Amino acid sequence: MNALSDKKFSTEVTTDVAADLASGAKALVSVDGLGVRYGRRQVLSGVNLSISGGEIVSLIGPNGAGKSTLIRAILGLTAHQDGHIKKAAGLVIGYMPQRLMIDAVLPLTVQRFLRMAAKVGRREINTVLEEVGVPHLRGAQVQEISGGELQRVLMARALLRNPDLLVLDEPAQQVDFQGQIDMFDLIERLRRERGCGVLVVSHDLHMVMSATDRVLCLNGHICCSGAPEAVSAHPEYVALFGPRAAESVALYHHHHRHAHDLAGEVLPIGGSLEAEPRAHPHAHPHSPKPPSGT
Amino acid sequence: MFDDFFLRALLGGIGVALLAGPLGCFVVWRRMAYLGDSLAHGALLGVALGLALGIDLTLGIVAVCVALVAMLLLLQRQRRLAGDTLLVILAHGALSLGLVAVSFVHGARLDLMAYLFGDILAVNRIDLIWIYGGGLLILIVIAFLWRPLLAITVHEELARAEGARVTLVSIIFMLLIALSVALAMKIVGVLLIASLLVIPAAAARRLAQTPEQMAALASLAGCLAVVGGLFGSLEWDTPSGPSIVVAALVVFLLSLVIAGPVLFVRRHLIQAPHAPIGKP
Repeated sequence: MNALSDKKFSTEVTTDVAADLASGAKALVSVDGLGVRYGRRQVLSGVNLSISGGEIVSLIGPNGAGKSTLIRAILGLTAHQDGHIKKAAGLVIGYMPQRLMIDAVLPLTVQRFLRMAAKVGRREINTVLEEVGVPHLRGAQVQEISGGELQRVLMARALLRNPDLLVLDEPAQQVDFQGQIDMFDLIERLRRERGCGVLVVSHDLHMVMSATDRVLCLNGHICCSGAPEAVSAHPEYVALFGPRAAESVALYHHHHRHAHDLAGEVLPIGGSLEAEPRAHPHAHPHSPKPPSGT
Repeated sequence: MFDDFFLRALLGGIGVALLAGPLGCFVVWRRMAYLGDSLAHGALLGVALGLALGIDLTLGIVAVCVALVAMLLLLQRQRRLAGDTLLVILAHGALSLGLVAVSFVHGARLDLMAYLFGDILAVNRIDLIWIYGGGLLILIVIAFLWRPLLAITVHEELARAEGARVTLVSIIFMLLIALSVALAMKIVGVLLIASLLVIPAAAARRLAQTPEQMAALASLAGCLAVVGGLFGSLEWDTPSGPSIVVAALVVFLLSLVIAGPVLFVRRHLIQAPHAPIGKP
C-alpha cells in the first residue's frame, strides 16, 4: 500500500497540471492497481489514476482498450478483482452514459426524464437546460429528439445532481464535428463555473485536446499519461494510434487557435489562450510520464 | 337494479383493472408481457399443490408464483438464455407439472375450465376483500417504489450509477406481479389475466405524455373493458371473461382512432408550440 501511494505522489509531481492542483485539491477518486477480468480475459491490469476537483482528465484508447470498463468500475457497475478504488466521502457522481436507448413504449418528456435524477422543480430544470443550451426541449418526448440533443439532455441530467465529479462516456460520439467542439467547450465551461472534476472518455485525442488537463492513454493498462502534447509525442501513443494520429492532433491544435464567426471568417482568439497550460510556449521540455502502472 | 352477483362481478373486475393498470404499464415497459401469462400458467401447479396438501388454493397459487419468480431471477443471472426462453420453460414446465400432479390427487374434482377462464360471476365477498385488500397493499408498495422502478426501467445502469438498488427493486416488483396474478386469477382466469395487464396499458400508450398519465389511463381503460364486457355479456348472454377481453380489444382499437385528434388538440391548442431559440 505504501509503495503504491508513494508512486502516486511521485507521478503527480511530474505532471505540471497536477502539481498546480496538488496545492489545494484533494482526490475525488483514486484508483490503485486496479485489475478487472471478464471470465478469463484480463481487461484491465495495474491501473492507477486519481482525479481532483476542477480537473479534466481524459481517458483515450483504441476500441477494446477497457475505457468503459474502467469508468464502470469507478461507478460501481463492474466488479474488480484486484486493487482499490477510493472515493471521497459523500462524493456525488454525475454520469453520462455513452448512449441511451429509451424504448418508444415509455412516454417520457425531457422534463419528466430530468426530474428522475433529482427532486427538482420547473425552475431548476429550465436553468439546467439553458446551461447546456437546449431550453426549447423541455416538453419534447425524449425519443423524438436528435442524438446531439439527447447528449445535452443527458448532460443536464448529470448536472442536476450537483455532482463533484462528472463522468462522461464518449460525450461527443453521436454528434458532428461542430457539435463535438461545442460539447468540449461546454465541458470546459462547466469545470470553470462549477469547479467539478471531469473524467471524459474518448476514442481519440483530437477532441479532448482542446479542453483537458491530463490525458491517460489506456490499452489494458495505462500506456502513458500527462499533458496532451506530451502524450501525443509519446512513443507508446504513436505505437498505439500510428503516426497519423499524432500528426492530426498537431493539426487540430493548430486549427484551434482561431475561431470562426457566423459567416465562416477566421477570428483570432483573444489573450486568454496564453494563460492556459496547454498553450504555453514550449521553452521547457515536457518529460513524458512513464506508464504509471508498471 | 342488478343482481348481487352482477354487482360483485363489477366490483371485482374493477378492482383487478385498477391494480392491473400501473402494473401492466411496467410489464409493457420492461418487455415482460409474457410474465403474467407464464405465472398464470404456472399457477395451476399451485392449485394442484393446494388440493394435494389440503391448504387454501390461493395460498398454493401465491407460493408457486413466488417460487417461479425466484427461479426466473436466479436463471436470469446467467446470460446465455434470454428471458423469454426462460419464461416459456418455466411456464410450460409448471403447467404440465400441475396437470400431472392433479391427476395424482384422488377424489379431487377440479374444474379446470374455471381456472383457465375464470368465473367472474362467482366472485363472493371474501374474494372482494382479497382483491381490494391485497390490491391496495400492492398499489401502495408500487407507489413507494415508483421512482427507482421507473429509473431502472428507463436505464438500468444509469439508475445503478445514481444509487438505485436495482436488484432489490426488481425482486420486489416481480413478487408484486406474482401476487397480483394469484389474486386476479380467480376473477378473470389464467388465460385472461395477461390480457388485462397488457391490453389496457397498450391502449393508454398513445394518449399519454408521461409514465404517470399512462398508468392512470391504463387503469381507466381496464375499468372500461370490465364494465363494457360485463354489460355486454349480460346483454348478449356471452361468457363473461372472454367478453371482458373483447371489450379491452375494442378499447384498444378506439384508442388508436382517437389518439390522432387528441394529440393534435394537445399540440396546437393547449401547449404553445416549442419555438426554437433564435438569437437575434
